[in-house]
Amino acid sequence: MSIQPPLEPHEGIVDPAENVENAIELKEVEGLSQGRIVLRRFVRHRGAMISAVVLTAVVLLVTTSIGWGPIPGWWQYGYKELNPIVNAGGAPTMGFDGGFTVGSHPFGQDNVGHDGFALVMRGTQQSLTVMVVIGLLSTTIGVVVGALAGFFRGRLDDLLMRFTDMIITIPVIMIGAILGVLVGGANPWSLAVALSLVSWTNMARLVRGQFLTLREREFVDAARVAGASSARIMFKHILPNAVGVIIVNATLLMASAILLETALSYLGFGISSPEVSLGQLINEYQTAFATRPWLFWWPGLFIVTIALCVNFIGDGLRDAFDPRQRRIPTRRALAKADARKARARAKATASA
Amino acid sequence: MATSVTTRASGARSAPDAPVTARRSWFRSSAPTLTFLGRRLLSSAVVLLGATFIVYMLLAYALDPLEDLRTSTAPNKEALIEARVRALDLNTPPVLRYFKWLGGLFTGDLGTSWVSGASVTSLLGSAIPSTVQLVAASTLLAIGLGVLVGIVSALRQYTRFDYSVTFLSFVLYSLPSFWVAVLLKLWGAIGFNDFLADPHVPPLWIAIISVVSAVLWSSIIGGSTRTRWISAAAGLVGTAAVLLFISSTGWLLNPSLGLVGVLAIGVGIAFGVVALTAGLQNRRALYASLTTVAIGAALYYPLQYAFVGATTWLIVGLGVASVVIGLVVGRLFGGYDRAVSMRAAAITALGVGLLIYVDRVMAVWYAYSNASQINGRPIATIGSQTPGLSGDYWVETLDRFTHLLLPTIALILISFASYTRYSRASLLEVMNQDYIRTARAKGLSERVVTTRHAFRNALIPLATIVPLDIAALFGGAIITERIFAWSGMGALFIKSLGAKDADPVMGYFLVTGALLVLANIVVDFVYAALDPRIRVNS
Repeated sequence: MSIQPPLEPHEGIVDPAENVENAIELKEVEGLSQGRIVLRRFVRHRGAMISAVVLTAVVLLVTTSIGWGPIPGWWQYGYKELNPIVNAGGAPTMGFDGGFTVGSHPFGQDNVGHDGFALVMRGTQQSLTVMVVIGLLSTTIGVVVGALAGFFRGRLDDLLMRFTDMIITIPVIMIGAILGVLVGGANPWSLAVALSLVSWTNMARLVRGQFLTLREREFVDAARVAGASSARIMFKHILPNAVGVIIVNATLLMASAILLETALSYLGFGISSPEVSLGQLINEYQTAFATRPWLFWWPGLFIVTIALCVNFIGDGLRDAFDPRQRRIPTRRALAKADARKARARAKATASA
Repeated sequence: MATSVTTRASGARSAPDAPVTARRSWFRSSAPTLTFLGRRLLSSAVVLLGATFIVYMLLAYALDPLEDLRTSTAPNKEALIEARVRALDLNTPPVLRYFKWLGGLFTGDLGTSWVSGASVTSLLGSAIPSTVQLVAASTLLAIGLGVLVGIVSALRQYTRFDYSVTFLSFVLYSLPSFWVAVLLKLWGAIGFNDFLADPHVPPLWIAIISVVSAVLWSSIIGGSTRTRWISAAAGLVGTAAVLLFISSTGWLLNPSLGLVGVLAIGVGIAFGVVALTAGLQNRRALYASLTTVAIGAALYYPLQYAFVGATTWLIVGLGVASVVIGLVVGRLFGGYDRAVSMRAAAITALGVGLLIYVDRVMAVWYAYSNASQINGRPIATIGSQTPGLSGDYWVETLDRFTHLLLPTIALILISFASYTRYSRASLLEVMNQDYIRTARAKGLSERVVTTRHAFRNALIPLATIVPLDIAALFGGAIITERIFAWSGMGALFIKSLGAKDADPVMGYFLVTGALLVLANIVVDFVYAALDPRIRVNS
């Protein structure tokens, strides 16, 4: 577990081309704070930016459409309402009918008249809740466990890491299913808390590795000499230096959390009826797949969209936080730059 | 830890500095490794015990075996509850029950399922083979395909192909497996079976597929603009020709390769294998491989008689025989580097043998898909075999294959992406190292640099995840098994958990947990054996 500390210059022989490129990179970020540099790199990652926009749009749609808690909704149907069936078999009203129409039930209806759009919105709310709670809670647990183990080492480290090993030995979906049975399927919050209690292990290992390296650095000695307490050193001095690894892994953790929740709900051990989640919707309507495929399509598409966006954002963050990351120009861009240079040289020789 | 003696995990002996007996020197050199192994086993056992304790406690509080009786309306409800409490020992605190379970474990008793009355050992005994049958093929294929795509993607870094593979692997990461599996059932099975009723590919589809394959091939092969156009044209014409042939002759209804097909594809395999392993300028290897193709073609008709009463062992034996023939042919061609010719010829021989085998399986396709139990819908969606279907070895093989097809594709789609990402990253890292530059500088061809120098070292990091995946294989694929109604380990777990049956769940966890812990130890040693920079510390 020896992860290179961030912003440590690369040792060994560096070839001149790399030096030049580094110089360009350095010139670009001169005078900027670490946060600015990261933000700038993230904004340049096209996939991550598109994903961020899409995810924001999804969250906005989900929160405002049927309302969430105090937020009022603008959609006319609730997810529990039984409405008269509009199209034959409850087929979606959205489509190209001489121009794009949305209609009253754009995602279709099920056999008793539930509005598909409202169901999917409600399911996405629940799945997003579980995802965010797992992301925040298990990151917190993982950071605390990893920080304690990496900072104090010795017996505490042994104890905590053996415990982490024990949890890792149990397959996530298995312990998730058992916990799902234990807390019951009525409440997404309790399910999320239960799942966080088992999904912090990777984070703890990574944070421990970071702390093991960082605690040997000079600034930690300086802080100690200045009389800082262990807690202050851990959370004020070391933790900010490990924040890149933590944020990236928290993002990837969230992506796997939404897949875990939907899988458990699909198996019937997560959120269950009458509460709604995306996995539970797929489970409930998979038998009606041949007759009402729209009930199956939309929840799945929302899962894929959310997981894909979160994964891409994680990838963008990883690139942004990685100090060794350089933007590699495409071959065409390189050729263009070369041509420009040649032209400039030709002009220079012509004018000389 | 810092002051301890280090040694190679492979047990490579250090030169004994004093004249001692062979046995003692062996002991001295391997003792640290043995100590390491002992300590590792011990700590793993502790971890496993702790994990079983956690799972047992969680199960004890999560599952309520009396649930159905509490709501029952039977007149003797009290007596029934009493009986079950006594049978399951529910009045004992769970911690004590755990130690009783543990005691039983040491005598080889994993408990019994109270729902069905079967012993956990027998449940596991029937679930493990079925799950291995399901997952083994998909794991191997996912590793193979994932590594292949990852390596091509790394060699074509920052091209459109690379970006597409990266995007695709992100999509595959984000797909919920249950959704994919249900979609596969619809398109893969029901759609394909409907298509088989009238297997004509519309011209528009032929055009689309051909163009896609042209783009794909030109980006995989790469090179100069001219090469790209040539490979694109070849891909376009080849795909269109194959699709037209399949569509116009109804090949899918009664497929076969025939002697001509075996010969043509065999020659293709020979050229491909030689190009990758020896380079086409190595004429000896090429002739050796082509000779094995000729031998395979000559044996095509005689083998059909041998196949009549085929058994699994006969097929395995023939496979071994084909490799041996390849080795012998390669050796007979001789030359200064016989090993290269032998390897190329052996791989080609195995490929040709596989072709003949596939051709024989295809021969029963028509009879199989028109059998009354199949009724023209050969791709199965549930179970592991068609009930009531009996036939010879070939029919059974085909039946198993049609049942394995969809779950295997579903599992590959899920796990393929991580192998691609992993092997791509690992090859890129290796390709930037100094010894690769040295190899290029001394004039080796790019093929040799890639296959001999880079590829092998890029596989080392993979060796650390493959044992873990193979261990996880025995845990089964919980979701895939459920959707395709496959009665393996995952189904055992889900069924027992749903039926509030704790003992089989514990048995399930014991198998998966123990294998995972063992695989972790294996990883340590494999890594140390492959990479001399890593040493095993006692």
